[in-house]
Amino acid sequence: MGRREFLINTVLALGLLVVPLWAHVNDQPYIITLTTKVAILALAGVGLNLALGLGGLVSLGHAMFFGIGGYAAGILASHAQSYAPLMEWPFTVEGTQSMPVIWMVALFASALAALVTGALSLRTSGVYFIMITLAFGQMFFYFTISWPAYGGEDGLSIYVRDHFPGLNTLVPIQFFAITYVLLGIALFVVARIARSGFGLALNAARQNETRVRAVGIEPYRLRLAAFVISGTITGLAGALFADLNRFVSPTMFSWQTSGEIMVFVILGGVARLFGPVAGAALFILLEEVLGGLSDYWHIYLGVLLLVVVLFARGGLIGLLAGEGKGDD
Amino acid sequence: MSFLLLIEQILNGLQSGVMLFLMSAGLTLIFGVMGLINLAHGSLYMVGAFAAAAVAAATGSFTLALIAALAAAALAGVLVEIVVIRRLYARDHLDQVLATFALILIFSEGTRWLFGSFPLYLDVPRALSGPVHLPGGIAYPAYRLAIIGIGFAVAAALFLLIAKTRVGMRIRAGESDREMIGALGVNISVLYTAVFALGAGLAGFAGALVGAIQSVQVGMGEPVLILAFVTIVIGGIGSIRGAFVGALLVGLTDTLGRVLLPVAFGTFMDPSAATSIGAALSSMSIYILMAGVLLFKPTGLYGSA
Repeated sequence: MGRREFLINTVLALGLLVVPLWAHVNDQPYIITLTTKVAILALAGVGLNLALGLGGLVSLGHAMFFGIGGYAAGILASHAQSYAPLMEWPFTVEGTQSMPVIWMVALFASALAALVTGALSLRTSGVYFIMITLAFGQMFFYFTISWPAYGGEDGLSIYVRDHFPGLNTLVPIQFFAITYVLLGIALFVVARIARSGFGLALNAARQNETRVRAVGIEPYRLRLAAFVISGTITGLAGALFADLNRFVSPTMFSWQTSGEIMVFVILGGVARLFGPVAGAALFILLEEVLGGLSDYWHIYLGVLLLVVVLFARGGLIGLLAGEGKGDD
Repeated sequence: MSFLLLIEQILNGLQSGVMLFLMSAGLTLIFGVMGLINLAHGSLYMVGAFAAAAVAAATGSFTLALIAALAAAALAGVLVEIVVIRRLYARDHLDQVLATFALILIFSEGTRWLFGSFPLYLDVPRALSGPVHLPGGIAYPAYRLAIIGIGFAVAAALFLLIAKTRVGMRIRAGESDREMIGALGVNISVLYTAVFALGAGLAGFAGALVGAIQSVQVGMGEPVLILAFVTIVIGGIGSIRGAFVGALLVGLTDTLGRVLLPVAFGTFMDPSAATSIGAALSSMSIYILMAGVLLFKPTGLYGSA
């Protein structure tokens, strides 16, 4: 990472902290909610960026993990709200509104889903992989729509935001603090992974699979591990997103969600550590500004995305930091 | 479950299968010849349906509507190919996915802006609006039967086009060696535009035909696009024959799964649980089929490595 990129990352990290604090002091809860949304969507993007940027795995199915995390939160909370146990046999499992427990379930469930779908999809590569991850995401989408127990098409409401010990999550700035810390932890973990032997091997497998194979490393296992970690991070973001909206619906699983998570990564800059943060911030900013100007703001988003892909491949951070990523 | 109902459902499965083939054939050709993954293929399907609905509303003629659908989608295809897609052939798949995703956003919102959010309706032509009585006492909608016929006819024409004509020869040559046919003096960029327009036209045609059964609305193309992806993953990317077999498999599995699974679960469960489990499982059936094919043949039934 060059000095300019380090500077940009610092500005982004501080900016994401200063804006909600300013909004808190000036009593602007809506702006705090927006920045919370940026932090959560950035977290989802950080997950995808690990698979996409480092591993070169173009997954169009990350909505699957986002949705699983969301539904983990929604289902546990709905059982806690109705006092109906989740299951009674062979042992009783009660619902819960405790965030740490919900996160554990979300992490575990999305890791499991990533392991199964990854093991299947990674048997293929290239364009097959894109289509298959997309198809698996849709499978979950249609499943949640047709499964009536948890709201089907209508989704599930979480009437009171889940709790975190020692904090009042209903106060916007306190909920923001949770998402900010988790985003920070995820960024730290991903940065460490990128510099570890595993990360280097993964990056090498993306650039030249034959060579990696020749030194005795099996790319399939590296990629599967990366895909699972990636899906898990996005799953956590899904659980937080459910709590932000206090609502989950099959939309979280839709392929547009997968596309949007990918758009955050690309707008910000692929394989840049803070790319998803910059991308999510830009996306929410555009949504607010352009969405206020026109109901059809997605046209402008589409044109912008097209311009970035065709002419400015490094995304926002690539544009500002200038220098290359140091590979390819 | 009566035998007659089963026959009717098999016909429904065939009908959705042949329509799926029209979509998948274009996608698989475009990938086979140009190496491009086109997410916006569903948008061309939508363009066809909207053009048909608009022309049918203005003129009242279903034939004109079909011609308009074919022409509008092919024209949109040519335009998109020249302005955007052409720049993507040399790029990696990620760029292609993103750029065509951007095209979906532009097409969908553009259509919403032009036609509004409410679905349009395209009426089945009067001559085909009644049922047909098939041997064995089956009454089946004439229009759906006609769609099956048209689908098979288009499939046959496409096979002939690719196997017997000069254009088809160039397409096949383009699939096996792009640089070589360029070097041999074939104008490769015209060929690419033509293949893209052919795929787009087929998608638009399918959109218009299906639009008369379902409603014509923004976002109608994406569910079909994803089914078409499943189809060509099963059939093998780049293979027209694979797309045909895959489309029929997906169409039949999807349709029959929806009818048979709840009945099958009903034999040993109480009806309401059987309905919900059957419905949930049948919504996943084609993806399970895809996963099964991938386990044994990672490149699809007719795919080459």
